Amino acid sequence: MYNEKVVDHFNNPRNVGDLPDADAVGETGSFKCGDTMKLYIKVKDERIVDVSFQTYGCGAAIASSSMLTEIVKGKTLDEAMQVTNQDVAEQLGGLPPLKLHCSNLAADALHNAIAEYRKKQEVAGKG
Amino acid sequence: MNSREVYMDHGATTPVREEVLEAMLPFFKEQYGNPSSVHSKGREVRNAVEEAREKTASALGASPGEIYFTSGGTESNNIVLRGAAKKHEGFGHIITSAIEHHAVLDVCRDLEKEGHRVTFLPVDKYGRLDPSTVEDAITPETFIISIMAANNEIGTLQPLEEIGAIAAKHNIIFHTDAVQVVGQLPVDLKKMQVDFLSLSAHKFNGPKGVGALYKRKGIKIDPLYRGGGQEGKLRPGTENVPGVIGLARALELSVEEIPHKINTLQSLRDKLIEGLLKIDEVVLNGHPEERLPGNVNVSFKYIEGEAILLSLDMEGIAASSGSACSSGSLDPSHVLSAIGLDHQTAHGSVRFSLGRGNSETDIDYVLEKVPAVVDRLRRISPIRRSG
Repeated sequence: MYNEKVVDHFNNPRNVGDLPDADAVGETGSFKCGDTMKLYIKVKDERIVDVSFQTYGCGAAIASSSMLTEIVKGKTLDEAMQVTNQDVAEQLGGLPPLKLHCSNLAADALHNAIAEYRKKQEVAGKG
Repeated sequence: MNSREVYMDHGATTPVREEVLEAMLPFFKEQYGNPSSVHSKGREVRNAVEEAREKTASALGASPGEIYFTSGGTESNNIVLRGAAKKHEGFGHIITSAIEHHAVLDVCRDLEKEGHRVTFLPVDKYGRLDPSTVEDAITPETFIISIMAANNEIGTLQPLEEIGAIAAKHNIIFHTDAVQVVGQLPVDLKKMQVDFLSLSAHKFNGPKGVGALYKRKGIKIDPLYRGGGQEGKLRPGTENVPGVIGLARALELSVEEIPHKINTLQSLRDKLIEGLLKIDEVVLNGHPEERLPGNVNVSFKYIEGEAILLSLDMEGIAASSGSACSSGSLDPSHVLSAIGLDHQTAHGSVRFSLGRGNSETDIDYVLEKVPAVVDRLRRISPIRRSG
């Protein structure tokens, strides 16, 4: 059902766990199927220097989360905002049509994390 | 990748056993005649088909005239429900349960759209139906009661004898989808007072694509298809001869073995349940006692079923799940929802269905592998970090 790359990311997920000194955390969940994802980012000079994830979900959801962390590590926040769920699925070499839904968490969690980071910066800037 | 293979998905399908395959083979080769033909090539096959019917009938305690061969459980269920609805004049009322297989549930939903009224009876947290709810649901328009003998996901057995007595008292057709039970547990048609019973060969080490319908003598329903008049016109079309022969042989063998098999399977089942429940935050789904001898269904909290199945597959273990992600839809199984599981618990369900060929070493192997799989996935999950 899944290609080798997906299975590899599922079996050996990259960047799993929380980041104790994360600058922002993005969360997202699917009310429908119940999958949930938490993405932690560490930012320095507008660049994502470290990233990690925790995901509750199926094989596709876990593999997509892992792939996303690989894609965004080292990217600037502006570049990371451009990453889409489709990019993640493509980088994984494609997902079965029925499982595309399950990969839609990853980029959303990332964008939420960046939004949270920007909000924090704004508050800090004002203060 | 692990070299060991442990198949624990017998609720989905079973391998064809050697004796069954052997019995079938001549009907692909030398004995290829059409049973409806007049010549000897046809007549010898007709004899074999009728012998298979006799064997099937005797394994169920029925008479041969009450057995109709079909393409499987789904077709048997469709024939009964749609056939009874067609026979019923005007719009009628159907009583069934909320946890039926889709081959009953979805037919009932269609009949509902066509104008019939359907009562989907609820079940308790173990998946058991209260027979009194059946009696309470009966209306003058009720023309059929269809209740499964055992649930395919959680293995819960239904009180068929009590439901059968109610149906008989009110003179309403009683059908049971016994696909999961036939060949696993003794079936007593008289005690259950069923009018129709559906069964499928591939669930008891027979071939796929063949099943049967028991129809009590004297009960009439309209056929779904028109054709050459085979199977008493109820299921026309040239018989799936090798399939029918395989079904009868597999049924004969599995029914013979029931007394011995039940104890073996139950003790393997209970050992597996006991071992799985030792893992932190695991719950058993279904009834603790009133369940199929080979059915184990548990929910692992904080992790998702499809991810568990994938991980188990890497270890060579084949199982199934009622999670949304493993069904291909976005909703978890209707059965797990009907027994009141919250979305997350349903999402983490895994069914291990044991069968012929599973041994104690298989159970040991599964119990050795599962804790590590669960631990790994829980470490990835944001819902609860373990240890």
